[in-house]
Amino acid sequence: MSTDDGIHVLIPTPLRGFTGGEARVDVHGGTVGEALEALAVKFPGLGERLHDEDGQLRRFVNVFVNGQNVRDIAGTATELSPGDEIGIIPAMAGGDAS
Amino acid sequence: MPSYQDILEQKRAAVREVDVRQSARMYEEGAVLIDVREQDEVDQGIIPGAMHIPRGYLEMRIEEAVRDHETPLVIYCAGGVRSVFGAEALTELGYRDVVSMAGGFSGWKAAGLPWRHPQALTPDQRRRYSRHLLIPEVGELGQQKLLDASVLLVGAGGLGSPAALYLAAAGVGTLGIVDADVVDDSNLQRQIVHTTERIGMSKVESARLAVEALNPDVNVITHETRLDKENVLDLFARYDVILDGTDNFATRYLINDATVLLNKPNVHGSIFRFEGQATTFIPHEGPCYRCLFPTPPPPELAPSCAEAGVLGLLPGTIGMIQATETAKLILGIGTPLVGRLLTYDALEMEFRELQLSRDPQCPMCGPDAPTTLDDIEYTDVGCLIPALAVH
Repeated sequence: MSTDDGIHVLIPTPLRGFTGGEARVDVHGGTVGEALEALAVKFPGLGERLHDEDGQLRRFVNVFVNGQNVRDIAGTATELSPGDEIGIIPAMAGGDAS
Repeated sequence: MPSYQDILEQKRAAVREVDVRQSARMYEEGAVLIDVREQDEVDQGIIPGAMHIPRGYLEMRIEEAVRDHETPLVIYCAGGVRSVFGAEALTELGYRDVVSMAGGFSGWKAAGLPWRHPQALTPDQRRRYSRHLLIPEVGELGQQKLLDASVLLVGAGGLGSPAALYLAAAGVGTLGIVDADVVDDSNLQRQIVHTTERIGMSKVESARLAVEALNPDVNVITHETRLDKENVLDLFARYDVILDGTDNFATRYLINDATVLLNKPNVHGSIFRFEGQATTFIPHEGPCYRCLFPTPPPPELAPSCAEAGVLGLLPGTIGMIQATETAKLILGIGTPLVGRLLTYDALEMEFRELQLSRDPQCPMCGPDAPTTLDDIEYTDVGCLIPALAVH
């Protein structure tokens, strides 16, 4: 299902329950917002994990485009080009002291 | 306008200079030797018993170091020039018996008089750390830095285990270990510092036994307690580097906030099933944890730890990245993971690097940051991934 002209979204382990175990999903979109919207449509339930009730990106989720945090670019309005890679980085408290 | 040479000649005329042998005799008779060279010169060797005060601090510190103005003082540097200026300055401060050692430390060494490395390695240590001594970036000075360093491991679990063993093996001289739990049989799938025999023993004690068996050079300090607002600052203040191997949000934020307040490096690692993350937070140099995640998630979005599961081999990789970062910070070599989040996917066997930047409005390292922990609440909201975890 990989396409060369799509946006590659890397799905972190805890979200893979929504993507049928897929670690990488390709979507289309001209901006980060559009790509995440396409992702949410494709995989029901995923959207609420990333956005709050007002549609804002949750503050404890960071989204990166080609390794750069979108907060340092233009947020969800950050423009994408085919082949770009989106990384979703949740706060992971999970260590292992217990 | 007098030249440097003119001034030097003028000072020389005003200062009494003695040769290295005369200096050695004066030292035997009770004179205080003062080494005014820079730290990097002293690291290469020093006269045993000499007091080290770099030239730039001499006037400021001498009265605290030598109270009696009648005490005979022998000032030396590398070659005998800076010591002329130093001796002149001390005479001006009212010290009555000050001489400059002509020829300096190099003259002293050339005359075959005794000197030593500030803290020389023992023959046993030379053998044990021989593979470090062979690397120019580490060498004897680097090994000494490791031996002099103190690292606090928060958590003697999956991340703390490999970090404890390898930092001990590398010769980190003081390892503090904080943990309030006891060894459980479900830990042994990944927490390699513990053993089947030690099930039921406190984790800090079990870790101490493992570390001491590996390297008797290491001084292990056990803290069988949970970190909280009341104890964290005192505890962290005793250590050079803090390694965060904990498992819950409350402690992660507490560690972050305390290290920012104390301005200490916080080497961070986290794991989940097949995925891990590591980064190094150096307060005010790069981002802190709250620049990335300003507040923990609401409790309803964070499931409990026990449900998560983790590949037993995963914490080995992440804990070792943390240990390696820690050793690099101590040695002052390489490029730390400051402002970079390294992510590791064990299933895909892929490493990625994400750029992290400081949040100018960060609640902990920004302009309105608190100066104490008093008004910050640390509520444990579970150990996993907020908002994203799938039940």
